[in-house]
Amino acid sequence: MRYLCLIYDEEKKVGGMSKSEADAFMGEYFAFTEGIRKSGHYVAGEALQPVQTATTVRVRNGKVSTTDGPFAETKEQLGGFYMIEARDLNDAIQIAAKIPSARLGSIEVRPVVDFTKEREDRERQQQAQQV
Amino acid sequence: MGRRLIEEIYRTESRRVLATLIRLLGDFDLAEEALHDAFMAAMEQWADEGVPANPRAWLVSTGRFKAIDGIRRRARFDASLSELAARIEAAATDSAEQDEEGVEDDRLRLIFTCCHPALPADAQVALTLREVCGLTTEEIASAFLTRAPTVAQRIVRAKGKIRDARIPYQVPSRADLQDRLDAVLCVIYLVFNEGYSASSGTSLTRHDLSAEAIRLGRLLVELLPEAEAMGLLALMLLHESRRAARTDADGELVLMDEQDRSLWNRDQIDEGSALVGRALASRRIGPYTLQAAIAALHAEASSAERTDWAQIVGLYDVLARADPSPVVELNRAAAVAMRDGPEAGLALIDAILKRGDLADYQLAHSARADLCRRLGRTPEARASYQRALELTRQEPQRRFLERRLRELPNGV
Repeated sequence: MRYLCLIYDEEKKVGGMSKSEADAFMGEYFAFTEGIRKSGHYVAGEALQPVQTATTVRVRNGKVSTTDGPFAETKEQLGGFYMIEARDLNDAIQIAAKIPSARLGSIEVRPVVDFTKEREDRERQQQAQQV
Repeated sequence: MGRRLIEEIYRTESRRVLATLIRLLGDFDLAEEALHDAFMAAMEQWADEGVPANPRAWLVSTGRFKAIDGIRRRARFDASLSELAARIEAAATDSAEQDEEGVEDDRLRLIFTCCHPALPADAQVALTLREVCGLTTEEIASAFLTRAPTVAQRIVRAKGKIRDARIPYQVPSRADLQDRLDAVLCVIYLVFNEGYSASSGTSLTRHDLSAEAIRLGRLLVELLPEAEAMGLLALMLLHESRRAARTDADGELVLMDEQDRSLWNRDQIDEGSALVGRALASRRIGPYTLQAAIAALHAEASSAERTDWAQIVGLYDVLARADPSPVVELNRAAAVAMRDGPEAGLALIDAILKRGDLADYQLAHSARADLCRRLGRTPEARASYQRALELTRQEPQRRFLERRLRELPNGV
């Protein structure tokens, strides 16, 4: 099963690190990523630019409106994610616990909805209509 | 080198390998990671070199090596880990070469650790199903109609408890064995009952859980042929043998006296009865063996009338002494009703209810209702069926009781 691990950090904490601290933190991230690539758990992963670069988009009555920043002010901000393949939720939790930010902020583990069955059903329906 | 072959090896070997890795590495999480890495390595290496002569030994030593390697890598960021790596390496070389017997002991160690009395009951069940049976968190959650995060947290906490409380990874000593075995049997029976008669929900039977419990029971008898382990396996098999007859084509509940006995599974009855015989011969007769002996008498009878009710009442008498409980008394009362007539049984049930012991127990009220019905005491029967109906949480049970209510003669 696939799980999305959403990484929440306190940007102030991470931004306040000394150069050597920040290098070590990055080093940990590289080692973690390399580890889950080797173990076959890695599907995708990215780090995000700080929250002040965010724009929130909405469409209401056909009109696009944009606002700066995320939806709500929180202590921790979404800073990146990993998409992983794991045997089950406990397996995913075990991997998430090794993400370096788990020690500073928090990781939200969310199972990905598997639409395979729905997709197959739809394809079958479409084929049936064609016949 | 087929993927399917590796999957087959995973199915048959992964639990054994895990059990040994937990001993060698001293930690559930490390062992699970090592198991995963070992199978990843197998996928690559066996493709080129073929499956080794002893895949289990290969997986254990590869897993152990990968774990030490992984800890070393992480030790670059956390100096305390290098000590751990050295310790595991030293400990593991002492006992890496394990004979078959040793590996089987590891499986018993795993069972006893997962069912350790220091863990809450629901955690024991979840941990056993995941670590010993290899079910996923999501499968356990759906079988028990719980949310996956709830089950996941139980497992995380249980592993934390095992680590922090230093629950030893061992088969209990002879002196503790009986108590600890009781805890294991209790977990297995809980899993079985959840599958056999779901406590809530629309489906009466969740077959997979019962099958899993029987598999566990078999494993336990194989590893530790204690009388009560045989008794429990026999009991589960004898219950399970009636599965096909318990519901009709529409999914409605059929009570034992109305079941089509030709649908009972003969193989399971034979196996169960033979196990009862072995357990009784050991002369260390406990509650599971007694219940299994009762179930065997039912299974061997050609009809409800031809059942040896006198012997069943006798066995209930012994059971009530060995493991006194109001539910045993209730079952005994039902057997007395068959031996001596409904009036005698009703008097016993009324005495139990009067004590208030089973006031909220649905089966007590439906049993009472049934005896009243047979005695033609319709208003009392109706009141008791209605009380049972209020207490049931299970859809097929509810429909069964409603049908019985409808079938009562009208008027007084």
